[in-house]
Amino acid sequence: MKKLFHEFLKGIIKENPTFVLALGLCPTLAVSISLMNGLGMGVAATFVLICSNIIIAMIKNTIPEKIRIPCYIVVIATFVTITELIMKAYSPALNRALGIYVPLIVVNCIVLGRAEAYASKNSVMNSLFDGIGMGVGFTLALLLISGIREFLGAGKLFGYTLIKGFEPAFVLAMPPGALLVIGLLLGFFNILKERK
Amino acid sequence: MNVAQFLTIFISAVFIYNVILSRFLGLCSFIAISKETRPAIAMSLAVIFVTTMSSIITWLIYRFLLIPFNLEYLRTISFILVIATFVQLVEMIIRKIAPPFYRFFGIYLPLITVNCAVLGVAVLNADMFFVKGEAIPGSFYYSVFQGVCVGLGYMLAMLLMSGIRERLDFCEVPKAVKEFPLAFVIAAIMSMAFMGFNGFRF
Repeated sequence: MKKLFHEFLKGIIKENPTFVLALGLCPTLAVSISLMNGLGMGVAATFVLICSNIIIAMIKNTIPEKIRIPCYIVVIATFVTITELIMKAYSPALNRALGIYVPLIVVNCIVLGRAEAYASKNSVMNSLFDGIGMGVGFTLALLLISGIREFLGAGKLFGYTLIKGFEPAFVLAMPPGALLVIGLLLGFFNILKERK
Repeated sequence: MNVAQFLTIFISAVFIYNVILSRFLGLCSFIAISKETRPAIAMSLAVIFVTTMSSIITWLIYRFLLIPFNLEYLRTISFILVIATFVQLVEMIIRKIAPPFYRFFGIYLPLITVNCAVLGVAVLNADMFFVKGEAIPGSFYYSVFQGVCVGLGYMLAMLLMSGIRERLDFCEVPKAVKEFPLAFVIAAIMSMAFMGFNGFRF
């Protein structure tokens, strides 16, 4: 049990997919305009990550070594399609907001990276917790970035105005803002790491 | 199908909605490979080639396989599989028939399989040039042209970035922001500059 908890925890801080491993940055930057979008993307990616990790850990002994990457991609793409269909059916607004970045979860390096580096070598249970941990880590990173961008770029959090009369810096809601925020955050985490 | 439409696709794919600086596709390779100019050029050429070819292939699949059988929801799976197989095939062929060429840009091909830009172009083409399951007139040419232009946009951003980063080697920067953080901040400033093209509409 302690080991499983450790698997879960490492994805959040020590091996955070966004800030430490620097994986899956494309969707992180593109959808982090508002907290709602960030949360939607995080949950979708977490679902795909958990399911594909479980399935790949189950079939790891049956797939031939040489064609393992295409096999992983098929498994991942299946869950991405399921996510896309569910999202289209139950929350079309979110689907429109995330746009092409939903199908692009397939090529999110986190999912394929965990399949290759972790699920293909570990048991189903460990892979499940690894998936949850990585997913939560990714979601938290997304929330952090989108929270900063929504607050400074639009003066809101989850669509609610916090400070009346606050003049938002619109550029943070635009593409350059995403790159700037992640650059500064990465630098900030580097400083924290040095201090330790 | 007219020239103005092609011009619009060119300007919007290369400048206004630049794959990297505005759509954030292919960002991982952009940050990782843009340290020097030579590999950056090789990688960009490989990307242009793959985006063009995959635009052609995925358009044909979407138009003649998925739409007639009402299987549009399978597009993510079929596109990524076909792209992955195609890239693998190309890698094998150029390794066999043109080893020098392979040494120049072949090593970057496997990386491109999971480059979001390639799948992104395919999905964008399917979204933009098909209306209610019907190909709009000239949609094949638009798709292929958009594939080329997205590749060119990638190359432009890559060249600018590698030029800047080569010079940065001689600068003294704080240890904490060295490499990745600095690269992102530079990309942010470049992206701001590219926003100027926003007023550039037809």
